[in-house]
Amino acid sequence: MSEAYPITEHKYDVVVVGAGGAGLRATMGMAAAGLKTAAVTKVFPTRSHTVAAQGGISASLGNMGEDNWQWHMYDTVKGSDWLGDQDAIEYMCREAPASVLELEQFGMPFSRTEEGKIYQRAFGGMTTQFGEGPAAQRTCAAADRTGHAMLHTLYSQSLKHDTEFFIEYFALDLIMDKDGACKGVLCLSLEDGTLHLFRAHMVVLATGGYGRTFFSCTSAHTCTGDGGGMVLRAGLPLQDMEFIQFHPTGIYGAGCLITEGVRGEGGFLVNGEGERFMERYAPHAKDLASRDVVSRSMTLEIREGRGVGSRKDHIYLHLDHLDPAMIDERLPGISESARIFSGVDVHKEPIPVLPTVHYNMGGIPTNYHAEVVDLKDGNPDAVVPGLMAVGEAACVSVHGANRLGSNSLIDLVVFGRAAALRAKDVVTPGAAHAPLPADACDEALARLDKFRNANGDSSTATIRDNMQRVMQDDCAVFRTSKTLAEGVEKINKVWEQMPDIKTTDRSLVWNSDLVETLELDNLIRQAVVSMTAAENRKESRGAHAHEDFPDRDDENWMKHTLTYHSDEGGVKLDYRPVHDYTLTDEIDYIKPKARVY
Amino acid sequence: MVELTLPKNSKVGTGKTHPKPDGATNTKAFNVYRWSPDDNQNPAIDKYYVDLDTCGPMILDGLIKIKNEIDPTLTFRRSCREGICGSCAMNINGTNTLACTTGMDEVEGDINIYPLPHQPVVKDLVPDLTNFYAQYASIKPWLQAETPSPSKERLQSKEDREKLDGLYECILCACCSTSCPSYWWNSDRFLGPAILLQAYRWIIDSRDEHTGERLDNLEDPFRLYRCHTIMNCANTCPKGLNPAKAIAEIKKMMVERR
Repeated sequence: MSEAYPITEHKYDVVVVGAGGAGLRATMGMAAAGLKTAAVTKVFPTRSHTVAAQGGISASLGNMGEDNWQWHMYDTVKGSDWLGDQDAIEYMCREAPASVLELEQFGMPFSRTEEGKIYQRAFGGMTTQFGEGPAAQRTCAAADRTGHAMLHTLYSQSLKHDTEFFIEYFALDLIMDKDGACKGVLCLSLEDGTLHLFRAHMVVLATGGYGRTFFSCTSAHTCTGDGGGMVLRAGLPLQDMEFIQFHPTGIYGAGCLITEGVRGEGGFLVNGEGERFMERYAPHAKDLASRDVVSRSMTLEIREGRGVGSRKDHIYLHLDHLDPAMIDERLPGISESARIFSGVDVHKEPIPVLPTVHYNMGGIPTNYHAEVVDLKDGNPDAVVPGLMAVGEAACVSVHGANRLGSNSLIDLVVFGRAAALRAKDVVTPGAAHAPLPADACDEALARLDKFRNANGDSSTATIRDNMQRVMQDDCAVFRTSKTLAEGVEKINKVWEQMPDIKTTDRSLVWNSDLVETLELDNLIRQAVVSMTAAENRKESRGAHAHEDFPDRDDENWMKHTLTYHSDEGGVKLDYRPVHDYTLTDEIDYIKPKARVY
Repeated sequence: MVELTLPKNSKVGTGKTHPKPDGATNTKAFNVYRWSPDDNQNPAIDKYYVDLDTCGPMILDGLIKIKNEIDPTLTFRRSCREGICGSCAMNINGTNTLACTTGMDEVEGDINIYPLPHQPVVKDLVPDLTNFYAQYASIKPWLQAETPSPSKERLQSKEDREKLDGLYECILCACCSTSCPSYWWNSDRFLGPAILLQAYRWIIDSRDEHTGERLDNLEDPFRLYRCHTIMNCANTCPKGLNPAKAIAEIKKMMVERR
């Protein structure tokens, strides 16, 4: 196999796969720690999906009123519906202020308060006084283009640090040794179709989420969960894949994101009867309840015939009552999106919106050092040597069953930095790479060769569309035993179509037909494990709303789902306990209670 | 002597016309530039028909439909599909813009699509932007300051922050630079509108302390002064930014500091 496909070998201390917010922050820290670091990315860094984040990045800076990391931690634990690991959540909330200030020092163009400090806005689920006080203004913003400002800032820092980028290189598979340690990653250069094996003592997966398993999502076309696909093929598990966040306000039809910051700045949702219905579902937080709650409420309104539009199948988001000057200053980006994608002038009309797939709480299980973990010989926290994961690709788990808005951007920089700090401790710069067996890349090459020459009857686009429609129908906001059982059956049928796939482009230069096929192979595995994990979880928690089991069941289900997947054996399920302890004794474990907003 | 005929391999031929989709009554024709280094052929224009009744409204939706249903070999970059990542910049009916935020109904008649002009083509609609990115790195697009960092954020007044509006929003799509005739002729030495807009974004940032050096770096007959205020940049920017104005501001600062 390796004769037909010559491979160029590169030797690094660390290789980071993906150059979004988490990947760039990790890369920067690794390079600064004196580690020889390569950043491999399938898109030019500023095209990564972090660029599309709008509302902001959470940190208890307290610029707009009293705040502290303990309150932030409480809100995050409650938002996670107690599925988050509290040691990791403590770490994130404690490190958040320093991480945001660091971005400011790098030159990130935050919006400002009258005193010249970083401007912070209200966001869903963010409160004060451990949920007892009024809404917190904790979300640091650069207008409604915070992700764009942050990604460009981090990219410019990587230029400052002379990062070695391999841009438009698509990662094919992890190269693991017989003891289960990661030894490198095999990549395909899009420009000329050449193969590159990046040897590294640490491979960091910063490959983002798998939103494109669904037909309608806010995610970019490139959000195909490539790291998750590679991890499953390496025989490692993914965690909590049933928890898929629907953002309450995707533009009806187009699916493009309208930030929660709209509601943070005073916008509200209205049903077909002109009612601000969130007051009924969340009397205290109203439109700023957490996303799972708002999305479910909207879905109920529509289901009960109180939607808007001729088909009563969506909801209106009003900001036309707000000061136009404020909208122009703080929400210019979504004003533009609303005009382009729904023909709406936000100064005068409401935006038609619908809950839309937005974020994957699940992913590659890690500890708070970003090291990938697996359940091994009874140890649920066994570290996989040589492998890390950060960002949406990872499941630390700080978001548990439901992520709070603006906690993803902080997750990226806090754990990107944590990965670098850990790598500094565990990787010796310049250490020799043990030789690999001659057949180390054979499986990965066989998979590439299979898809490159695939000549079945179903195009990549056809199978992808089948997958997306099954997920959209049966892995939705509300789930029942019946829809989930049917969903498992249907998604496995789609999986069975994969051997029948057909690619058309036989070129080696920028073969996007091949790349989309490899991406689909990553997506479909994650669709299968997500649906299976959802069918398996017999309770309702966070984003997993099961109508036949409407209550949270802490006794039986306060545990992380692990899903393994193999071509022959299908899905294997297992569990890891939720970390019911904190990192330090400065805060006690936050005990589960009813989740009311 | 001036060469009056274009080199042979630059002639764009007529390519394949793909049949209209079965049963489609409401179609739009796409004429798309095709070229691959594989087959040693000249570029050609392929014709496709998109069924508007089963397609999203944007030009990117049309291209994706073509790739999904008619010709999977059609090659273009795309990612966010909402005008923020800058991947799908291309030349649409003579204007450089983003395929994802341009409606098919904005074009009367056939839609003609070419890659961004005057850049090497990797394949079909994928240009090689290596030079553009290297020029971006050359202006040191990060905060430079010697004053020790305060323990909290560097303060910046709302008024000073407002000066970055219309600058920081740039998505590096390269629509403006590749629409600029000065950049076409001198892209090896002229930085072009996108990069100069970014240069100005750092020059004008109240937190940055290297204004003088940044201006020194631009004091050059080519890097800055090849801008002849043709204004194509401002006309074409899909984000509504005005690089020409930023360039004028830099020139003004050059004069003022003399």
